[in-house]
Amino acid sequence: MGKYIIKRILIAIPVLIGITIIDYAIMCLAGSPLQMLQGPRVSEAAVEAKAIALGLDKPFYIQYFVWLGQLLQGNMGYSMKSYQSVSAMIGSHLGPTLLLMGVSLLVGLLIAIPAGIYSAVHQYSAGDYAAVTFSFFGSSIPSFFLSLLLIFIFTVKLGWLPSSGMSTLGTSGSFGDVAKHMVMPVLVLAVSIAGRNIRYIRSAVLEILQQDYLRTARAKGIGRFLVINKHALRNALVPIVTVIGMEMPVLFGGAVIVEQVFSWPGLGLMTMSAISSRDYPVIMGVCLLSAIVVLVANLITDILYALVDPTIQLN
Amino acid sequence: MKQRNLDKKDIVSESYFQTVFRRFRRHRLAAVSLIILIILGAAALLAPVIAPYDPNEIVGGFSNAPGREFWLGTDQIGRDVFSRLLYAMRVSLLVGILATLISTAVGVVLGLIAGYFGKAADMIIMRFTDMVMSFPYILLVLVAASIFRPGMWSIILILGFVDWPGIARLVRGNVLSLRETNFVKGNIVAGMPLRHILFSEILPNTVAPILVYATSVLALSMLDEAALSFLGMGVQPPTASLGNMLNGAQSLTVLTKQPWLWLPPGLLIVVLVMAINFIGDALRDALDPNSRR
Repeated sequence: MGKYIIKRILIAIPVLIGITIIDYAIMCLAGSPLQMLQGPRVSEAAVEAKAIALGLDKPFYIQYFVWLGQLLQGNMGYSMKSYQSVSAMIGSHLGPTLLLMGVSLLVGLLIAIPAGIYSAVHQYSAGDYAAVTFSFFGSSIPSFFLSLLLIFIFTVKLGWLPSSGMSTLGTSGSFGDVAKHMVMPVLVLAVSIAGRNIRYIRSAVLEILQQDYLRTARAKGIGRFLVINKHALRNALVPIVTVIGMEMPVLFGGAVIVEQVFSWPGLGLMTMSAISSRDYPVIMGVCLLSAIVVLVANLITDILYALVDPTIQLN
Repeated sequence: MKQRNLDKKDIVSESYFQTVFRRFRRHRLAAVSLIILIILGAAALLAPVIAPYDPNEIVGGFSNAPGREFWLGTDQIGRDVFSRLLYAMRVSLLVGILATLISTAVGVVLGLIAGYFGKAADMIIMRFTDMVMSFPYILLVLVAASIFRPGMWSIILILGFVDWPGIARLVRGNVLSLRETNFVKGNIVAGMPLRHILFSEILPNTVAPILVYATSVLALSMLDEAALSFLGMGVQPPTASLGNMLNGAQSLTVLTKQPWLWLPPGLLIVVLVMAINFIGDALRDALDPNSRR
């Protein structure tokens, strides 16, 4: 097992380096952040001095190695706009995003797994049709439109829930207050997670239900409850692990839009403002972080496979 | 052993397309979706004929409520919402279809090369696919959209060149298994040209899964166009797209007082994407060669 993990990490390293190169090349094609500075009140000499100070006068491959060298020392650079260090900015925005993502993933799976298993076990029943239709609906509705609908209903019409931020302004954010602010963003993300995965889990469980070992279990006469809960569910863990692995990158990006609509103070909101002001070091930092998250998620998925399915050999 | 007599009329023969069509029709939701999609597609195509007003012309008062004169009201600067909706659907469908065509073409070519030639080509292409897939999708699109001047054509190109990894993996997997089949080996032994083997032997046998996958890419790219345009990084006004018509709903007056400005385009996206997803699902069943029905 240890050998396998080391091998996987070694394979991931070139992919990671490739990602930083592609990323850096795209950024450099984008144009200079100094274009934002230029104006009638800023002299050309001042812009030039700024370029030299930021190291922007050197060719881009040298800038890339400078950046990479600093990265290996744990320095992700400084924001060109606020002069804060990128790692500190990410650090202060990571918490709210992880909270939002974690709770959404949990709620989404708590909807998707029981619904998927139920509709497979009761195939072609009314409940099955309802779950599948909900699944299509969840994967077809744009998250920003669902957000607007929820804000319209729960904030504008009913006045039950706050529509922006993480806590009421001026308060330190008690547990209840944060929870209230989280209801709508979590609901939006959870509906799309459930929508994407109900049908997937359903068809995976349907396949399991047709296996010979389940027929044997039924033939033993141990009863429907034990057949489903002991023999089928244990095997359904494999597709469920796949689902969690696949959701990680989607969640990481999907939070961007939801955070924007609900002004949730997380990484997504920070990234959007960095993108609009062409704050390269910040964008690079977020891209790198998200790529690492995806690679780590893939690795964990593969290791979990081996844990839930003893027939998979890691070699 | 008793011999069963079969009359010739007992054997029903049906072509591949008849089988597919028969299986497809059994999915009632998909059949309804197809009809809805054809109607909406025709409406989008015939927008210049159907639309009562010019979509970018100021024809009425500011923010008129829906009524006899303007079916879905007018927007903040007095343009007819119904006409804009028709043209928006045209733009959104065009973006979705073209982006899907580009990504399918890129994915098929890369998948064929990786799967058939293997070795170094496979290694390089698949590692590159891993890299593209490791970026959170929407982040990649947003970064690209901020770099290139936003607009309809750049959105088409961005979505087209970001959406291909799924198809590339699918095609590669199919090619790997098809390469081991006897009919492909036979072609190689017979010395058929590579072009013939790749495009006339292997590709037709993997069209069905590509088609199914392409419908989900179409649904996804229409959702992405809407999200990007909503964020102001997609199709730019005055050109209407379903996403940027919702952009106005970020302001509180529009959201609370003028639901006719943002509800119709939002619902239209849901209907279009859902119809495409239903059709894709039915196609998956209808094209499944292992199905006995």
